[in-house]
Amino acid sequence: MFYYVRRAIKDIFENRFLNSVTVITITLSVLIVSAFGLFFVNARDLFDSWKNGVRIMIYLEPETSEIQRLDTRSRLQAISGIQNIRFVSKEEALDLMRERMKRQQSLMENLRENPLPDAFEVSLSRDSNSPEVMEFLAQRIEGLSSVSDVEYGQQWFERFSNIFNLFKLAGYVVGGMFFIATVFITANTIRMVLYARREEIHIMRLIGATDNFIRFPYYLESMLQGFVGGGIGLGALYAVMMILGSRFEQTLSAEMLTIRFFSPTTCFFIIGCGMLTGLLGCLFSLKQFLKE
Amino acid sequence: MTENSSIIRMFRVNKRYGSKKALEDISLDIAKNEFLFISGPSGAGKSTLLKLLYLAEPVSEGQILVDGLNLSRISRRRVPLLRRKFGIIFQDYKLIPTRTVFQNVALVLETRGIKRSLIEKRVKSLLRVVDMDDRLTAYPASLSGGEQQRVAVARAVAGDPQIILADEPTGSLDEDSAAIIFKLFHRFHLSGATVVVATHDKTLTSNTSSRVIQIRKGRLDEQPDC
Repeated sequence: MFYYVRRAIKDIFENRFLNSVTVITITLSVLIVSAFGLFFVNARDLFDSWKNGVRIMIYLEPETSEIQRLDTRSRLQAISGIQNIRFVSKEEALDLMRERMKRQQSLMENLRENPLPDAFEVSLSRDSNSPEVMEFLAQRIEGLSSVSDVEYGQQWFERFSNIFNLFKLAGYVVGGMFFIATVFITANTIRMVLYARREEIHIMRLIGATDNFIRFPYYLESMLQGFVGGGIGLGALYAVMMILGSRFEQTLSAEMLTIRFFSPTTCFFIIGCGMLTGLLGCLFSLKQFLKE
Repeated sequence: MTENSSIIRMFRVNKRYGSKKALEDISLDIAKNEFLFISGPSGAGKSTLLKLLYLAEPVSEGQILVDGLNLSRISRRRVPLLRRKFGIIFQDYKLIPTRTVFQNVALVLETRGIKRSLIEKRVKSLLRVVDMDDRLTAYPASLSGGEQQRVAVARAVAGDPQIILADEPTGSLDEDSAAIIFKLFHRFHLSGATVVVATHDKTLTSNTSSRVIQIRKGRLDEQPDC
C-alpha cells in the first residue's frame, strides 16, 4: 500500500499540468454544484421558518354571539393539528389596521363604523403546516357554524412551494449534469496522463506487472485529486459565502434568515463525491486503456 | 530430449501479420537449463518468435507450452504470471526513462510485492554483479548503450526467472561490453536458468558449444530433434 501511495504522489508531481487540470475541473464542479446546494439548504431554512410562522385567520359571522364564539373556540380546540388559538376582536383588528395604515389616516377617519369582523388567529403544529394539511384544515374550519371565511395565504404558500420544488429539481438536474461532465473531463485528462505514460505501462506489463499493480496508483491519484478539488471547491464556497452572506444578512432581518454553511457530514459527503468523480473518471479511462 | 525436460515446446507455430507470414511451421523444444542461440539475418523472425513466448504477440496457429502452460488457453489474468517466468532483455533495452537505474531494476520486485528492505538489498547486489552499483541514481538517458544493457540484464534476472530471453543483446555494443554481457548470461545459466539468445551476429554463434538454431524467412533451417 505504501508503495502505491508513494507512486501516486510521485505521479501527481511528475504530471503537474494534467493533474492540475483535473483538480481545477473537480474544484469548479464542486463549487458550482455546492453553491446550488447551499442556496437550496438556506432556501429550505427560510421556507421552514415561513411555514412555522403561517397563521390561519378565521373570520366570524357579524352576528356571532358570545356563546357561539366560545362554542366555535372549543370546536377549534378539538381539531388536531391546531396549536394555538387567539381571539382577535374587531376592535383590536381595527386598532391594528390603524397602526399599519398610519400614512392613509384620511381613509380611516371616514369610517363611521367598524367594518371588520371578530376573528380567531390559529397557529398550527409543526407537522401540520404543509399546503395539503392546511387546505384540509381550512375546509374543516369553514364548515363550522359562525365561521364566515378562512384565510391562510394559500396562494403564495403554494406558489413558493412549487418554485422551491422546481429549484430542487433543477438542482438535481444541474448537479447530475456537472457530475457526468466532470467524470468525462477527469476521464479524458487521466487518459492523457496514461498516453504520456503508455511506454512505461507497456514495459511494466512486459516485466510481469498485473493490471491491478498498474491501476492502483492511478486510483489513489484520482481520489487524491478529487479530495483536493473537493476541499478547495468547498473552501472557496465558504469564503464566498462569508463575504456575500454578511452583506445579505445586514439587509434581511436576522430572525428571518441566518445564512448557514453545510454541516460537517455534508462537507464530507461533498468531498466524497469529488473523490468518487475522480475515481469514476479514472476507472473509465483505465478500463479502456488497459484493454488496448 | 524428453517431454519432461522441456521448458518450452512449440508445435507447428505460425504467425501472420495480415497476409504476411512472419513465422511458418515452427516446431521447437527447449530444454530446462539449456543455453540456446537463435540465429538468422535481420527480419528473419527471431524477435517475433521470442515475442510469442511471452505473449507480446498471439500465435496465429499452433501450440506453445511454457513450463506446462498452454499459451493459447491462458487467461488474460494469468499473463503476468507467465511473464514472471521470463527475464527479458529487449533489443532496445526498454528501460523506463523517468526512473533511475535502481528504480528500473526494483520495479520487477515491486510487481511481485516484495518488501522494500529486501528489494533494496537484492537490487544493490544485482547492480554490483553487473558493475553498475555506482550509478544507482542515474537515469537511463545518461548511460551508454553498454551500461543500459547491463541494467537491462540486472532487471531481467531480478525476479529469479526460469528463462532468460535476450533479443539481440549485443547488437549495439562494442566487443568488451558484449563480452561482459555474455559472461553474465553464462553466470545465470550456471545458476540454473534457461537462456535463449536471439542474434544475427555470427561471431557469437560460431565458437559456441551451445545449440544454435537458424531462422530464415520465418522458417527453421535446422529442425530440432523432438
